[in-house]
Amino acid sequence: MSDSPILQVRDVTLQYKTKDYLVTATYRVNFDTYSSDRFVLLGPSGCGKSSLLKAIGGFIFPVEGSILLKGTQITQPGPDRVMVFQEFDQLLPWKTVKENIVFALESSGKLGKNEAQEKALYYIEKVNLTKFANNYPHTLSGGMKQRVAIARGMAMEPEIILMDEPFAALDALTRRNMQDELLRLWDETRFTIMFVTHSISEALRIGNRILLLSPHPGRVKAEINSDGTDPIDPINGKRVSENIHEMLFNKDETNPELING
Amino acid sequence: MDDKSTHRPEFFNDSLSSVFGVTEVPLTLWEKIYSLEFIRKTFILIFLAAIWEIYARYLDNPLLFPTFSSTVAAFGDAILYGGLLEKVLYSLKILLIGYLAGLVIATILTVAAITTQIGNDFLETLTSMFNPLPAIALLPLALIWFGLGYGSIIFVLIHAVLWPVALNTHSGFLSVSPTLRMVGKNYGLSNFGYVAKILIPAGFPSILSGLKIGWAFAWRTLIAAELVFGVSSGSGGLGWFIYENKNLLEIPNVFAGLFTVILIGLAVENIIFKTIEKKTIRKWGMQN
Repeated sequence: MSDSPILQVRDVTLQYKTKDYLVTATYRVNFDTYSSDRFVLLGPSGCGKSSLLKAIGGFIFPVEGSILLKGTQITQPGPDRVMVFQEFDQLLPWKTVKENIVFALESSGKLGKNEAQEKALYYIEKVNLTKFANNYPHTLSGGMKQRVAIARGMAMEPEIILMDEPFAALDALTRRNMQDELLRLWDETRFTIMFVTHSISEALRIGNRILLLSPHPGRVKAEINSDGTDPIDPINGKRVSENIHEMLFNKDETNPELING
Repeated sequence: MDDKSTHRPEFFNDSLSSVFGVTEVPLTLWEKIYSLEFIRKTFILIFLAAIWEIYARYLDNPLLFPTFSSTVAAFGDAILYGGLLEKVLYSLKILLIGYLAGLVIATILTVAAITTQIGNDFLETLTSMFNPLPAIALLPLALIWFGLGYGSIIFVLIHAVLWPVALNTHSGFLSVSPTLRMVGKNYGLSNFGYVAKILIPAGFPSILSGLKIGWAFAWRTLIAAELVFGVSSGSGGLGWFIYENKNLLEIPNVFAGLFTVILIGLAVENIIFKTIEKKTIRKWGMQN
């Protein structure tokens, strides 16, 4: 891990307008992400975690505070911060698996035609989809589509990959496999991941560092480390996941959505 | 609950083999034939032609309603000796000019509408004003402005094509999902690249149906305009052919003219637009 953070989020307040209200999504959020981090933003609906990710992506802008990528203020979307979305329609349906990746590499001006083809095939192989390189997205399953989206993001070799609940629309079994696969890919290339989820177990599995956000508006509740297991806290004898759950909610207020997944 | 689970024995089927035998059975010949759209549509056409023939024979009044067979005969004669083919080509040429000009203007308007708020308001206002206005209602005005000839017809054709195509293209652009838009922006696309590489292909189902509607409107308008022109101009296309034969009471020829319009419509829809559909939105899984 390098000494200086790759991404610095400083006192970031995000707001958006609905028809009748000006909603504050996050209030003065602070955190740092280092190179090769698997940084998870965890919180219930309404904690502004997706808004934070979009702000890092350069799609929305803070009304207060600043977001610095390698010391430079983020002013617009760019191929150095690739987003992977929850929706399966993030792949261009008129392009094959390979063309989707080539498109990304070429449009961003990162690579020429031949190099882009080579790199696309390399990353398609990494996610074990070589057989499907010439398939159109509508012929793939949901999990395969997400793997293509991840391969596309990795092929860009960005500073950071921003994942907005990429596995939330998958069935439980596939979701579990995808989590393992993501960790395997990370093990091979050590890219920096920012991962948004509302599942505590997913956060503990995926992340090495977890930012807990409380809702309405999103504020930092805690920032903890994770080794992928869900160890028992020696202080109060409870599992970390239970402690997280209590931190995010009142004890009596159960939210099954957060424990499952 | 406990009672139920303790009193019901569990069951394991150890003899279940992984080989099930036949799980795929080939379709019968009839099912295969029926699955071909081409065959089904041909059957419908034959059916309609048969009804036409039977009714016309029953009516037995060639002046009002000639039979299918005499219409086909008149059609053949008109192509061989009546110069129908030239008239069709003449009509198609004007049609294509008007259609393409309409598409170009529609493209410019929609791109302006998608990139700026004022362009958007402009297009919405114009389409709501002019889309309901029948193209043919502009013909008298066009005659005063452009005189007899190409100019007037092309003017009304553009009017006929422009609004439905612009409307559909615009709604196609608007229907592109926010995710795809963000993907486009994420990979550094902007302005022209964004429209060409994201909006047009993603909105293609709507755009294609706009192209179809535009084509149909253009055809209608052209034939109608030629019918009106026929009175004064004397030379002309398919509409003029129909008008002239009506005056001569050559009713089978009138039917042959209408028949030609139908044939061209069927050909364009089933050959050109179908092919485009197959190679684009169907292949991409955007339409089933």
